[in-house]
Amino acid sequence: MAAPEQTRPAIELKGISKAFGPVQANKDISIRVMPGTIHGIIGENGAGKSTLMSILYGFYKADAGEIFINGTHTEIPDSQAAIKAGIGMVFQHFKLVQNFTVLENVILGAEDGGLLKPSLAKARGVLKHLAEEYELSVDPDAKIEDLSVGHQQRVEILKALYREADILILDEPTGVLTPAEADHLFRILEGLKREGKTIILITHKLREIMEITDTVSVMRRGEMTATVKTAETTPEQLAELMVGRKVLLRVDKVPAQPGRPVLEVENLRHVDESGVERLKGVSLDVRAGEILGIAGVSGNGQSELLEVLGGYADATGTVRVNGQEIPLSGPGSDGRARRHGGIAHVPEDRQHEGLIMPFYAWENVGFGYHDDPRFNRGLLMDNAALQADATDKMKRYDVRPPNPWLPASSFSGGNQQKIVLAREIERDPEVLLVGQPTRGVDIGAIEFIHQEIVRLRDSGKAILLVSVELDEILSLSDRIAVMFDGTIMGERLPDETDQTELGMLMAGMTGATQSRSQGAGHA
Amino acid sequence: MDRMPAWADAVLVPLFSIVLAAILSALVILAIGENPVEAFSLMVDGALMRSAGWGYTLYYTTNFIFTGLAVAVAFHAKMFNIGGEGQAAIGGLGVALICLFIPWPHWSLALIGATLGAAAFGAAWAFIPAYLQAKRGSHIVITTIMFNFIAAAVLNYVLVNLLRPAGAMDPATEIFPQATHLPSFQDMFAGGGSLFRGAPANITFFVAVLACVAVWLLIWRTRLGYEIRAFGHSETATRYAGISTVRITVVAMLISGGLAGLMAINTTMGEAERLVMNATEGAGFIGIAVALMGRSHPFGVFLAALLFGFLYQGGAELALWTDIPRELITVIQALVILFTGALDNMVRMPLESVFGTLRRRRSPKPAPTTPSE
Repeated sequence: MAAPEQTRPAIELKGISKAFGPVQANKDISIRVMPGTIHGIIGENGAGKSTLMSILYGFYKADAGEIFINGTHTEIPDSQAAIKAGIGMVFQHFKLVQNFTVLENVILGAEDGGLLKPSLAKARGVLKHLAEEYELSVDPDAKIEDLSVGHQQRVEILKALYREADILILDEPTGVLTPAEADHLFRILEGLKREGKTIILITHKLREIMEITDTVSVMRRGEMTATVKTAETTPEQLAELMVGRKVLLRVDKVPAQPGRPVLEVENLRHVDESGVERLKGVSLDVRAGEILGIAGVSGNGQSELLEVLGGYADATGTVRVNGQEIPLSGPGSDGRARRHGGIAHVPEDRQHEGLIMPFYAWENVGFGYHDDPRFNRGLLMDNAALQADATDKMKRYDVRPPNPWLPASSFSGGNQQKIVLAREIERDPEVLLVGQPTRGVDIGAIEFIHQEIVRLRDSGKAILLVSVELDEILSLSDRIAVMFDGTIMGERLPDETDQTELGMLMAGMTGATQSRSQGAGHA
Repeated sequence: MDRMPAWADAVLVPLFSIVLAAILSALVILAIGENPVEAFSLMVDGALMRSAGWGYTLYYTTNFIFTGLAVAVAFHAKMFNIGGEGQAAIGGLGVALICLFIPWPHWSLALIGATLGAAAFGAAWAFIPAYLQAKRGSHIVITTIMFNFIAAAVLNYVLVNLLRPAGAMDPATEIFPQATHLPSFQDMFAGGGSLFRGAPANITFFVAVLACVAVWLLIWRTRLGYEIRAFGHSETATRYAGISTVRITVVAMLISGGLAGLMAINTTMGEAERLVMNATEGAGFIGIAVALMGRSHPFGVFLAALLFGFLYQGGAELALWTDIPRELITVIQALVILFTGALDNMVRMPLESVFGTLRRRRSPKPAPTTPSE
């Protein structure tokens, strides 16, 4: 089928398949992306989005299938070939040298000769031009480590454009951005599109797909389930295509019935190992039967707040649980003591904190509670009791596969999170600390996890929720506190605020806040 | 990312590593002008067939079980204890003091006493590096290897200046009292004919087997072992769980050092019956290869220790009957370490892809699906 010149797709994949052992990551995937469009690829974790893009960028070799760039059959054995074919990739985790300047990072790997000076001079000119054209202004002489995350991302885009990419792939680009930064990114992408560049946006956020893409492809379990024009679809329809069944996008919950304060935090200060003050006098309280959501761009002290309350970072200040002051350093301030004191903790990083990945599921179900008399018989651990407990919890939390003899690493993100959640919630804690409960979790499991958190709230427990997903904070919290640079910028009620206002607070701006939210902090 | 079955990981990978090491060793033997087949049959003959061969093989095996377990326990806590040599040497001092200065009525009681003494001294020697690692962040590899040299110097001083009997030329203690002499295999299996005649293998071998069982229980059945393994896999997770990383670091190293120290029972009390210089003969380092090869599992350590016991005894035979120097065994050991440790993936990855291919061939290809567009 010889397409007319102007409708020849920028990228065409035909019948791409890729298997990792028994796992079919991509099954016979075909896709056409027209030049000058923004094409979204959406799907749950493990649906095969990243694998597909890695094939396009030359990281993996497809078992079968063909790639056509601008109508020409192209082999992409490595990333050099991809760059040569005009493909640029912006990874979720930036690949930048922290102590190099912007300019040095941009030319890294694309130097023109043995001497740096001419390359740097040329890059400076190109960068200036790009900055004017696409709102991509970054100080070329700033060191990466001094730049905000949003600016670092711009450097990644500049790197791709400097290599004359016509096709730009962005993998979950907004995960680390404030709403304002995300809006700016979208404006940049719109600008690039106008110039005829082709953009592929990989994301799991339905809102972004609806906002910026022209067409969207949905992936599920390694297959491309649909490609539709964005204007002709709805978020509900996309969610259903992703999961394969109807999904509740909003959290189903009744209004909170807050009781007395259970967790009271006053003037909490924490200095990290490199001497930086991460918490600068945080005060908040969480009442029984209430979810307090902490909003904020990651890296503004939320992680440290959880670490201090969870018992593995020292701090000064006062923390009370049910009126009882708990130590913040020295003996009795470790995670074990916290658990005995009724504080359970679903950590932000389940792979490095919440779970021991090579441990079996049943070993993980006892982790942190392994000194419980129930799991011990004299000197030895009662493995049978642990296994029975794990089987039971995995069944009740619908962990799939429900096999306690699999290592934690072989479960999907959602099922790993369910294991952690089962362990922490079933202890019937007074306070539950939850960090990023649904990061890397598929939509189907998100629904379940949110329901469990709300269920715990309804049983009269105090819940402190930390999340960088504003949607999650807005839909799950009964009260919202915004953190910026180690301080609480303000508290809002979810019904009386919106993304814009929270975004301003997250960026550290208070002066211009709308008057209607004043005094809404403590209702 | 093909996975292979657990049995293949535990059996095939070490097996292929040995075979590769053997092939390279054969080439080395060829290169020095000897016949590798002859050399191999000589080793088998000398280590397993000839009278007393087994007795020597098992004697060396006993040493390697202890040092292998020592390294394995530390490995579970993701620490590289290469100080087994020094810990065993100091353990020997413990054994000597216990045997020389306590009047034991019977060897069985002396054995218990020496076990405690050897473990305590070995553990004490490991404590300082452990403490420095846990509290000051000094790397355990650096400190333990330095402590090997310090141990040798301490032992030298103690033997020459304090424990050497008056008038003796030898930097060694006097012979331990008769009541502390451990039964050798020759004594224990008198019915076995000449199998163990004159060989140094002794009852300590069974202590080593018990140690394997004890380490297995410790690592996979106790709370401490659970915490050690958790710490070894993820330090951040142990902090999250409220497990003291300082405590685990120190305790794991104490156990490791204690196990290394136990080796001295075999060499000092069981064989020499006095403390001599350099009684460890490099067994502390071989323990690293044994633990690597045995995948830090007590049963694997036992098998690997047997293999190295065979290599050690067979190597001695080679040196005796051919022009192949005994150091060739060191070459073979180094090759085994290279293949099981450093080049693990070189063996593992081809095997994994073989298993992946087999699996795909067995299960039919997923039916091609039509794109839904």
